Amino acid sequence: MPDDAPFVCVETVRGALRIASVDPQALDKGLSPGMALADARAQLPELAVVDADPFADHGWLERIADACDRFTPLVALDGGDGVTLDITGCAHLFGGEAALVAEVEARLARFGTLRHALADTPDAAQALARFQSAPAASEAAAIRRLGVAALRLDDEIAVALRRAGLRTIGDLASRPTAPIAARFGEETVAALARLLGDADQRLRPRRALPALFFERRFAEPIARDADVLATIGDLAAEAEAELTARDRGGRRFAVRLYRADGALRDLAVESGLPLRDPPSILRLFRERIDALADPIDPGFGFDMIRMSVPALEPLAPTQLQLEGGAVSEEAMAALVDRLTTRLGRGRIARVAPGDSHLPEQGVLTIDAIDAPVPTGWDAPEKGEPPLRPIHLFDPPQRIEVMAEVPDGPPHRFRWRRVLHDVIRFEGPERIAAEWWRRGQAKVRTRDYYRVEDVRGRRYWIFRHGLYDRETPDPLWYVHGVFA
Amino acid sequence: MNEESPTLSALKLRVAAMERRAPVGKAVRVATGHGDIDAALAGGIARGRLHEIFALEGGDAGSATGFAGMLSIRLGGGIVWLREESAVRGGGHLHAPGLVEIGVDPARLLLGVLPNALSVLRAAADVVRCAGVGVAVIELHRDPKVLDLTASRRLALAAEESGVAALLLRIAATPVASAADTRWAVRSCASQPLPANAPGHPTFDLELLRQRGRGADGRWQVEWNREQAVFTSPTPSGVVVAVPARRPAAAPIPLRRAG
Repeated sequence: MPDDAPFVCVETVRGALRIASVDPQALDKGLSPGMALADARAQLPELAVVDADPFADHGWLERIADACDRFTPLVALDGGDGVTLDITGCAHLFGGEAALVAEVEARLARFGTLRHALADTPDAAQALARFQSAPAASEAAAIRRLGVAALRLDDEIAVALRRAGLRTIGDLASRPTAPIAARFGEETVAALARLLGDADQRLRPRRALPALFFERRFAEPIARDADVLATIGDLAAEAEAELTARDRGGRRFAVRLYRADGALRDLAVESGLPLRDPPSILRLFRERIDALADPIDPGFGFDMIRMSVPALEPLAPTQLQLEGGAVSEEAMAALVDRLTTRLGRGRIARVAPGDSHLPEQGVLTIDAIDAPVPTGWDAPEKGEPPLRPIHLFDPPQRIEVMAEVPDGPPHRFRWRRVLHDVIRFEGPERIAAEWWRRGQAKVRTRDYYRVEDVRGRRYWIFRHGLYDRETPDPLWYVHGVFA
Repeated sequence: MNEESPTLSALKLRVAAMERRAPVGKAVRVATGHGDIDAALAGGIARGRLHEIFALEGGDAGSATGFAGMLSIRLGGGIVWLREESAVRGGGHLHAPGLVEIGVDPARLLLGVLPNALSVLRAAADVVRCAGVGVAVIELHRDPKVLDLTASRRLALAAEESGVAALLLRIAATPVASAADTRWAVRSCASQPLPANAPGHPTFDLELLRQRGRGADGRWQVEWNREQAVFTSPTPSGVVVAVPARRPAAAPIPLRRAG
């Protein structure tokens, strides 16, 4: 594709290829989004055309929003082509609004040509950034000069407004609202109120604002892991002071590394118990960094590091117990944190009783970092041998069994190509399907036997289905092994 | 030499600091409840040591697992049980209700299922070093290359420092040189039948293959008593009569509540 050719993206709308977006050159030649590609080709035969990719566009916008994250924690996406930053109380950190704008422009220059505007309300800023064509004396004047398209309503309403002679926001604002609402709909009035700042309009940030966050900016970017960790340690100490003052701790600490070129890297650690002790937090981060599959790539270095604590939980000052009970529990909790940080979730678990009598569904495994110590296990009956196996096969394994028809006990079975002669058995213990659940009505009943073979090995085997009533030829399975 | 020179004791301290080892005291021994075994072990199984439990054949995995669970009950404290993913696929899940049935309280249990033997050993090093843990059960199947003498020395040293009892559960494995304090082979063994010829309480054939510092070895048949949490010698109960494997259907069958 020649570099200098006008360039458009196309999408299929109702079976016809239409232009989705145009580059400045194509715009100069009179092409605009919404045109049929055939018409555009007729005007400009040298036109370069690619398919529109909304997902890639969105990814691009997300990256721009990420890059803006360093200026303020309140960043919102605005449609498919805008980013809105709430810079209330942030501008002075960069030396005033003008300096902030200059820095934003410098940092985002590599993303392409961007337009920006500052205004008192999100809607005004979004409209000014998109539609302002010439500078105005004041923000209010600039808004009043905008065309009605700045309301960003349906095309039909915009056309209707223009037909009625209402071309600018100023035209609309100078008229009483009731007739406008009656003729052009309530949403027109609502949009106008938002644009003029008469209605309360909030930004919807991309991320929930963390309960606490602390950051460090560097004049010279840092690149070494050791420096990053030292900074995390400093931030953890700051966090501790704040958390102690509130008698709170955090169970999740997130660190965001801002690379000088705008790329981001997120690291997070979690703990089972609320935490605020800087060495513990730092140790978890060290584990996290050591366990990273792809090491941190500093590029040209990080020029900002932010630590956030998304949620606070009560954490009273602690005192070590002389008996040592609490100490061992805390040591276990710290071990769980460390292993979970290193191995990831889903590895270290606690087991809790499940609400089902089907053996394979009777146990829940819960991440140890989330789970309180589970209780509610039924104590086994006194004097009984173990009635449940210590190893459970899921799925159960097929065996060939010699047993009396219709419902006799097993005499001999072949499992993993070895023949086992049953010398003792107990059963059947009948476990029926959970017929009250949807789709379980057809599931077969199982008759379980505890059996012992000649070599003294004890198995839990079952006949799947009642003979003749549920199946003409029930199959047998081994479901577990006893101690 | 009656008294150590100050220089020498200072040097000894420095060496100890370099080795990062507290002077190892006498191990705390926990009786198993079985008189002969405790006699052979000079009082019982030691905390703060590494013990190996072998199921020489894969078919004895259930018994060896049960024995490890029962020893954990005797030893006390929190249990961290580390397994490989392949063990779950081949040998089944560690079934919590089954552990309850031998007397383990699942509230004390942390279960780790890790991708391979190396990650199990790495995690085990951390677990065994943590003094808050009571028992670390490290379950490895077959003979992973990473489990060599160095690896077992490392575990044994960590256990000595922290006082954690480390049980290395080896399924379908062959014993090789290791730093373990004791080494056991567990085999399944016919249980004392209950009325109606039902399989009885967990019964094992235990063989003490090796004991560090003491040459003693031996072989015992033990039964696990869940209520008292002790190993006992199986005693034939009086009610049992010899019953052929295929019971005649007409024989009166004393009933026992099951399930």
